Amino acid sequence: MNIHEYQGKQLLRDFGVTVPRSKMITKASEAVAAAKELGTKVVVVKSQIHAGGRGAGAIVADEQEAARVFRANLEKEGLPKHNKPGGVQLAKSPQEAGEIAAVLLGGLLVTKQTGASGKRVNRVLIEEGIDIKEELYISMLLNRETGRHMVLASTEGGMDIEKVAEQTPEKIFKAEINPAVGMRDFQARDVAFALGVPAEKISDAVKFLKTLFAAYLQLDASMLEINPLVLKGDGTLIALDSKLSFDDNAVYRQPAMKDMRDSDEEDPREQQAAEFDLSYIALDGNIGCMVNGAGLAMATMDIIHHHGGEPANFLDVGGGADAGKVAAAFKIILQDDAVKAVFVNIFGGIMQCDVLATGVVEAAKQVKLSIPLVVRLEGTNVEQGRKILAESGIKVINATDMTDGAKKAVEAAGLAG
Amino acid sequence: MSVLLNSESRVLTQGLGGTGKFHLKGCREYGTKMVAAVRPGKGGTDWEGTPIFDTVGQAVAAEGCDVSVIYVPPPGAADAIMEAAAAGIGVIICITEGIPVNDMVEVQAFLEDVDCVLIGPNCPGVITPGQAKVGIMPGYIHKPGRVGVVSRSGTLTYEAVHQLTQSGIGQSTCIGIGGDPIVGTRHIDAMKLFNDDPDTDAVIMIGEIGGTAEEAAAAWVKENMTKPVAAFIAGKTAPAGKRMGHAGAIISGGSGTAESKVAALEAAGITVAESPADMGTAMIKAAEKAGLDLQAA
Repeated sequence: MNIHEYQGKQLLRDFGVTVPRSKMITKASEAVAAAKELGTKVVVVKSQIHAGGRGAGAIVADEQEAARVFRANLEKEGLPKHNKPGGVQLAKSPQEAGEIAAVLLGGLLVTKQTGASGKRVNRVLIEEGIDIKEELYISMLLNRETGRHMVLASTEGGMDIEKVAEQTPEKIFKAEINPAVGMRDFQARDVAFALGVPAEKISDAVKFLKTLFAAYLQLDASMLEINPLVLKGDGTLIALDSKLSFDDNAVYRQPAMKDMRDSDEEDPREQQAAEFDLSYIALDGNIGCMVNGAGLAMATMDIIHHHGGEPANFLDVGGGADAGKVAAAFKIILQDDAVKAVFVNIFGGIMQCDVLATGVVEAAKQVKLSIPLVVRLEGTNVEQGRKILAESGIKVINATDMTDGAKKAVEAAGLAG
Repeated sequence: MSVLLNSESRVLTQGLGGTGKFHLKGCREYGTKMVAAVRPGKGGTDWEGTPIFDTVGQAVAAEGCDVSVIYVPPPGAADAIMEAAAAGIGVIICITEGIPVNDMVEVQAFLEDVDCVLIGPNCPGVITPGQAKVGIMPGYIHKPGRVGVVSRSGTLTYEAVHQLTQSGIGQSTCIGIGGDPIVGTRHIDAMKLFNDDPDTDAVIMIGEIGGTAEEAAAAWVKENMTKPVAAFIAGKTAPAGKRMGHAGAIISGGSGTAESKVAALEAAGITVAESPADMGTAMIKAAEKAGLDLQAA
């Protein structure tokens, strides 16, 4: 899961990582007081959304304009070729901070990462201005090849790090952490020197970096990215930005995470699915998919595409789904108005085809299903499952295998659309 | 011979909750020697005739277990893997889904000093058809034979096995390596096992988006593999940055895409199925290219 910048900074602050002083506000009327309280000559007014590229992004009037700006400028270039207000702005006085906050709050922010629909700004962070000497980069993440955590640092802060890695890989410094001993002083020193921290401030930087790694590890983060990490005029480091995402498997032991979930940032259907322990991801197509197992669910999306259709979602009902869960999954799929046909593809292992069939029949009756339903069943108790569907009275298009099912679903969606 | 598992394997079950019991029974009915279970505090009792021990060490001493299957819930699963390794179990199969990555970083470091093979976590298990089944897969779709199967996914593996069986092609061993970012055995390790196995003639590898494990296996196959290989990669239509069910199935920063994996596999001479419905036929084609008729065997 992802969290906002202001939440990430608070978490880091709690661990003892140096971050700028700031105040999160939800009403523009609070901005002037917040800026005065910070007391610096300049304050930064930052939109809080779960997407990067905010500074170069554009505050737009409505969704049509968002789509236009996204397509025209941002999608291809990732550059701010627009004359709209940006999502992060400098204010030279508390009054100006108030004026900017009024523009950002409630506005629709479109960036290269938000997609064409943009994201509504409901929170703004007012942050003290910092004496920036150098903009640097640091991130911490799992190296899947070695199964160890890794620190990536670069003097090319504020840039797109993937571009740096591609064009000037020598400017990226890597350190791999041995889990038995954690981040050692010498590794933090290596990173600090590589980042150009002045010699007399190295021990401060070592402390900063080790604290940052401790936060990454203890929070069960799947990625921590500070871009830019700032070297101040006095030679010390400060985390000017914070991007944190968390290992979903570890949320159970990070109770603070529950409160940090921002439901405005998540697809409501994905949230509902999570409540039923279903794995659902909304996509752009018109064929709803219900499958057991993540790999088969992906393969089902692929085979629909292969036969000329587009999947409306990824949905894994899991191995041990019961009839109730299947019914819930069905309802979530049908909430998407774009769905013109549903393709149920089940290979029963632990999940038995008769249980699945019962769930489908129950759900179809409850929601008064009016669009074509294609079902392909295989595996445990498949004959009983087929019998339940046949005798249910609901209209089912039976498929003999995956290809047959995908073709029939594509055809049905095409006819309906 | 097959790999990892055969009719002589003596299997321990760790985690005897509802899931553990259900599958212990299923594996026993398949004919697997399910000789012991561990449930701390219940040592000295039994479940349907299978003796229960307090620790893995006791189970190994009393029953000579050489394979362990783990259903322990996520908070205790990493510990269960390490306990099995420390007790000298040679093949550890962890079915548990949802183990935190940080726990697996520690497990991997722990296992570096121990001589054992970890399969999973978050996997369906391993089956050597006709000999032994350890895990949650439906046994009846399999058929004894000479094609090795290795996959990150559960039901997609069943799909591949089903296609092979329907074409009259049996399997030597099917290994579900699991869908997590850190797994004990990767595609490349499974390839090495199958390449060395005299009872395996060909291998089908099923991968998915995320990470670079398939690319690494492809590079190894190109240099070393003496047997025909077919493959399928799931997730061509998956959007970037979203976790597709499996914790490991996420495209990040342009790497881990289906396209890059397919390209690497094809460059290594592997026959890649375009559609998941063609996994069985891709295997037949790959074998034909090597002058091998799988259906005749």
